[in-house]
Amino acid sequence: MPELTALTAHALLDRLHQGEVSPTQAADAYLARIQAQNPRVNALIAVESERALARAKALDAAGDRSGPLFGLPVLMKANICVAGAPATCGSKILQGFRPPYNATVVERLERAGAVILGMANMDEFAFGSSCETSCAGPTKNPWDLARIPGGSSGGSAAAVSADLAAAAFGSDTGGSIRQPAAMCSVVGIKPTYGRVSRYGLIAFASSLDQIGPLTKDVEDCALLMEVVAGLDPRDSTSADRPVPAYREALRRPVKGMTVGVPKEYFINGLDPEVDRAMRQALDVLKGLGVTLKDVSLPHTEYAVPTYYIVATAEASSNLARFDGVRYGARAKAPTMIETFERTRGEGFGAEAKRRIILGTYVLSHGYYDAYYAKALKVRTLIQRDFQRAFEGCQAIVTPTSPTPPFKLGEKLDDPLAMYLSDIYTISVNLAGVPALALPAGFTAAGLPIGMQLIAPPFAEETLFQLGGAFEQATDWHARKPPL
Amino acid sequence: MALVADHIRYVATLARLTLTDEEVTRFAGQLDQILAYVDTLKQLKTDDVPPTSHAVPMSNVFRRDEPAPALPIEAALANAPQREGPFFKVPRVLDDA
Repeated sequence: MPELTALTAHALLDRLHQGEVSPTQAADAYLARIQAQNPRVNALIAVESERALARAKALDAAGDRSGPLFGLPVLMKANICVAGAPATCGSKILQGFRPPYNATVVERLERAGAVILGMANMDEFAFGSSCETSCAGPTKNPWDLARIPGGSSGGSAAAVSADLAAAAFGSDTGGSIRQPAAMCSVVGIKPTYGRVSRYGLIAFASSLDQIGPLTKDVEDCALLMEVVAGLDPRDSTSADRPVPAYREALRRPVKGMTVGVPKEYFINGLDPEVDRAMRQALDVLKGLGVTLKDVSLPHTEYAVPTYYIVATAEASSNLARFDGVRYGARAKAPTMIETFERTRGEGFGAEAKRRIILGTYVLSHGYYDAYYAKALKVRTLIQRDFQRAFEGCQAIVTPTSPTPPFKLGEKLDDPLAMYLSDIYTISVNLAGVPALALPAGFTAAGLPIGMQLIAPPFAEETLFQLGGAFEQATDWHARKPPL
Repeated sequence: MALVADHIRYVATLARLTLTDEEVTRFAGQLDQILAYVDTLKQLKTDDVPPTSHAVPMSNVFRRDEPAPALPIEAALANAPQREGPFFKVPRVLDDA
């Protein structure tokens, strides 16, 4: 029998449901692996051993093993509230903050039997594509410890890749689940906006944020989505639509489906090795009987500038709540206003400050129309691009990231270069559509390459159907990093 | 337009954010570069395009008006840097003058 930690979530759940493995044994196996490997990878910023073992023991004793995630050890990104566990968002300003309540996704996961092992590292407030801006130090890519794991959910992706959790949750505002999934060779989904409740997610850009799972294969991803998706009265933007049995979509044949290939995504700046892997991936889809069709998303080049207006504007408003009054660190100053200014000046890192300044600027008097109002209109054009493209195909296939993982420090002081690493993922958030990232190959040096499938709103089943078939036809997802 | 150092300081005041001189200089250069890039949006004609502020259109979402327990005061105050009784404590808000 392979090591417990090497199993996919669904394979581990088979054993847990049959009673061959107890929740405590599963938690112990993962906690031991975290202790051995996390110092090298720095994927977790908090290990909640006591909480996890108490939970596992209670499940051992319960006798009822029917919960869909009975005893499954999972990890949450440090911006998702788990009552009593540190939700620092990777920021000094939230050092010591332990939320008094659970996010809806946490409630649903625990009700289904999941065991939360701890909190995953992330770029500060999810601002970044490399997981380097965390106050807890960078997470390393398990495939090459000198390289970035992607971001901002880099801790979640690295942990799943290095078998430090059976699955993990992240948040995706412009690619923060999909890009690290690609960098670490795991599966990750950005659900349709409104598909998963955002209650208890510490907000970055409220019109773009979605929570989603990062997993070892597509089936695990579908399974976790069945548990966390659905209407939540505490999030008025959550959709009042039934949640399909996503796993059933994996068994549906893909022969005869039509998938669009957007020409704007295969352009200059695409790494030649990523390009080659993508061409092979397209051949795999063709071999499965999928019809490939050229489509156009003409406003693609405007997505990154639109995003950096909309996202920073919303972030500057959302981050106004961090003022040293109700939680987190507080700087000492004689007056209230100076307390705000110093608390924020000392508590936020460079990228958070840059985004607060940019967001405040584009919303400020005299610039609002030129920047923010303009960006909202271009957002409409980007959304229409997808609507038109989906008139002729059921899904769209693209690379997830233009390059394989880059070196730690390489883009840290060049914000524009960093922003461009999300060029293939950002439009999806602006349009509100769902997208699945999955492993699609490796470079000659053994670095992961990812593929992205995009579907119309609430067509997650199409993503699982195509993603599942692609995964069956390849073995990229089964490879393990050389830790 | 160039986001000069004085402008950065002004925006930082709006955002209630202390910046060091070194940060002001560094951000001025970087934000200039980002704004120049963002200016590519001006190439697009959008006069007849309606704005999208949310990806999924929805309006007037209500939940049932049912009483439910709220967060207990002790839990709400547990993370407070400073408290007094059932309140968050802050430095003085008004100047003596």
